[in-house]
Amino acid sequence: MSGGALSAEAAARGMPRASVGRLRSNADLIFAAIGLVALMIGVLTLTALIVDLAVRGLPRLDLQFLTSFPSRRPAQAGILSAWVGTALVMLVTAVVTIPLGIAAAIYLEEYAPKNRLTAVIEVNVSNLAGVPSIIYGLLALGLFVYLLGLGRSILTAGLTLALLVLPIIIVATREALRAVPPTVREAAYALGATRWRVIADHLLPYSSGGIATGVIIALSRAIGETAPLITIGALTFIAFLPAPPVRPEFPFVSFQWLFDPFTVLPIQMFNWVSRPGTDFLPNAAAAGLVLILMTIAMNLTAIYIRIRVRRKVKW
Amino acid sequence: MLEGIPARQRAKERAIEGLLFLAGVSSILVTTAIAAILIYESSAFFREVSVVEFLTDTMWTPLFAEPRYGILPLLAGTVLSASVGLLVAIPLGLTIAIYLSEFASERMRETVKPVLELLAGIPTVVFGYFALFLVTPLLQRTVLPDLPGFNVLSAGIVIGIMIVPYVSSLAEDAMRAVPMSLREGSFAMGANRVETALKVVVPAAFSGIAAACILAASRAVGETMVVAIAAGQQPNLTLDPTQPAATITAYIVQVSLGDLPHASIGYQSIFAAGLTLFVLTLLFNLAGHALRRRFREIYE
Amino acid sequence: MVNEAALRTPPPAVRAGVAASAAEAPAERRVKLRCRDFHFYYGAFHALKGINLAFEEGAVTALIGPSGCGKSTLLRSFNRMHDLYPGTRYEGEVLMEPYGVNIVDRRVDAMAVRMRIGMVFQKPNPFPKSIYENVAYGLRLRGERRRAALDEKVEAALRDAALWDEVKDRLREPGTALSGGQQQRLCIARAMATDPEVILFDEPTSALDPIATAKIEDLVQQLAGRVTVVIVTHNMQQAARVSQHTAFMYLGEVVEFGETGQIFTAPRIQQTQDYITGRFG
Repeated sequence: MSGGALSAEAAARGMPRASVGRLRSNADLIFAAIGLVALMIGVLTLTALIVDLAVRGLPRLDLQFLTSFPSRRPAQAGILSAWVGTALVMLVTAVVTIPLGIAAAIYLEEYAPKNRLTAVIEVNVSNLAGVPSIIYGLLALGLFVYLLGLGRSILTAGLTLALLVLPIIIVATREALRAVPPTVREAAYALGATRWRVIADHLLPYSSGGIATGVIIALSRAIGETAPLITIGALTFIAFLPAPPVRPEFPFVSFQWLFDPFTVLPIQMFNWVSRPGTDFLPNAAAAGLVLILMTIAMNLTAIYIRIRVRRKVKW
Repeated sequence: MLEGIPARQRAKERAIEGLLFLAGVSSILVTTAIAAILIYESSAFFREVSVVEFLTDTMWTPLFAEPRYGILPLLAGTVLSASVGLLVAIPLGLTIAIYLSEFASERMRETVKPVLELLAGIPTVVFGYFALFLVTPLLQRTVLPDLPGFNVLSAGIVIGIMIVPYVSSLAEDAMRAVPMSLREGSFAMGANRVETALKVVVPAAFSGIAAACILAASRAVGETMVVAIAAGQQPNLTLDPTQPAATITAYIVQVSLGDLPHASIGYQSIFAAGLTLFVLTLLFNLAGHALRRRFREIYE
Repeated sequence: MVNEAALRTPPPAVRAGVAASAAEAPAERRVKLRCRDFHFYYGAFHALKGINLAFEEGAVTALIGPSGCGKSTLLRSFNRMHDLYPGTRYEGEVLMEPYGVNIVDRRVDAMAVRMRIGMVFQKPNPFPKSIYENVAYGLRLRGERRRAALDEKVEAALRDAALWDEVKDRLREPGTALSGGQQQRLCIARAMATDPEVILFDEPTSALDPIATAKIEDLVQQLAGRVTVVIVTHNMQQAARVSQHTAFMYLGEVVEFGETGQIFTAPRIQQTQDYITGRFG
């Protein structure tokens, strides 16, 4: 952060930070205008996208659409198997990636000694975040589908996406942990707390907002991912639901669904988008609308939590 | 002796540390697994196809009766779409970054950045739809009436818009890390904000900005769904963005959609293509992160 | 209880012999902490150079000296706070009596040391938990789960910190909602709740206004006799008001150590004289 009493004062008055400079020429105004236009291109794209999806997709988006299987006839096709698949895959992803990511972040932030292994892990995490998603698909195809024999299942898909978003959770959790001031850590240690008690009783509760933000953003990214699931051979025409997780007879729960084939929303949308002709275009738009509303809702939740945490916590 | 925590609790502490350590190194396992799988599967491919042919042949037709395995057409498609994307993303992203860092008020920043985040959070398959059904028709109706339905240009433009938030946030971070004293020095000489931004802040943040561009390039190269949907899927050795072309990623998607038997050469070819992509993005990422770290060391 | 068991351990005879020969001020009185040729390093930086000091049991000892003289570094060695940061190294001995244990030996469990030596920091740092939980936390760490015992000890600690009357009706409110002075008294209550043998104060009033400062100073004086207090301050009047012994430190060494009255009225060493009369520092 930039320091300086001037800038602090400017910020306090709600003025642009750089306003310590005089507005001497029109150049400033012209550039400010250019900047706004650049921003508007982003905002307009987002708006155009949502409006287009709504115009084309909204008429198609009804209860029947949500409760029907895909079909050859556009008017009867729906996204039932897709959203059920998305929900189940997300469940697997969340169960795997949240504990793993948070644990890895705790290790790196609170335990890792400053040595070469730690340095390698650090570089590795930031590089993993930049590996194209389709590469994770190839990893899953070779490792989960063939080597481990998990097939083209919900389990495979969930694990794939879990690995894909792992770096997002690690990075967000580390930032949240780092935001807890060292004085609070020291206070807990000074009372005789062990490292784990400091983490469990203090660091995790105080950074939960930041961690939650990271988790939501990671899951919203996973919900929209298409390429790695196509690579593992996720079928696109699934007119049935996975085995139910609850059964009437003993032992009442079943994990058969983990090994069932599936489809998910983005793949269903891709399927409709890539059909020749425009018969399925309203379906694609409607599916896209559901998808985009879901991800926007998740992102807004994350942003809201972050703002609230920032307002609430004043160390 | 001072008695400390009981032995049982101490054992618990050790066990927890061990578990956390395993989680910490899991990320290394992921990278190792990626590299191992890619190398293992492509080594089978390279037993059939020589590396020279792979790197120099100008045709990529692995699924034809007379297969040819030259990665160049896919590489050309990848470079082309990524270049169009960067031509859009870098000017837009940097302008936004300069605006947000040097011109916008705190409130403006607080309002705008979430919008950019929303843009970054949109699923790529939706962006593919956007390229195919909005951008291409728009270009056909306005400047390029002869544009084919599938083309690299629309895909590239949309990739560009997609990675704008990425460029702008990384570059803005870099510019905001520049100490206020440098700006104050410039203002004290009578410079206005544009001059200060372009002649003081941008040069001071140069390596950070360069890192942002390199990391964005890595994103653009690895983007899959937009090109798979909107750029067409035939390998085409061309540098004309108004033509359809396949990228490495689009090829992998195309093969995956079919039903190739495991251990066939077609199956192995997607791993060879993937390995190429992995190496490419790894180089970008390593360079980008190294630059970023160096930049941070200067100012932090 | 861990605490009591350790307390019953008689001091080893060997240590008793050593104690008699160590060079320090208040002779025949009982010593609680004894530094013997104690050194401390931040990486390559030699921050404390051969400290020899004895802290009398139940007394208040002040550490004074200009910024960077090592007084806080010394204080933070006593509860092994430096362990939290990489690249730090202790050398020599800080013996805790009557156990005769070298508490800066890395083989000694830092948690065991911190359970007996409490600390109050420069800036009030209550946990963002309720007032009650702030005070109860140390007890919970020691395995106390009985509600009644917790209630009783929390109240006693808050009374010790002269905070009970102000907060008794809002024990469930967050500790961070209190004023700065109240927060610091809460931190004192938190440290006192577990009956530490030594309590370390690291410039406890530097972030407080004069009225809050006066209350904290009163508390420190009241603690004398019950626990051993070591206080770092760069307010010399404060040192004169609250302490029985004062050590003046400069550049990582103890320049002069003695009765507080003597240090402030008749220092034997010129540097001490210069510092307390404001000629440097």
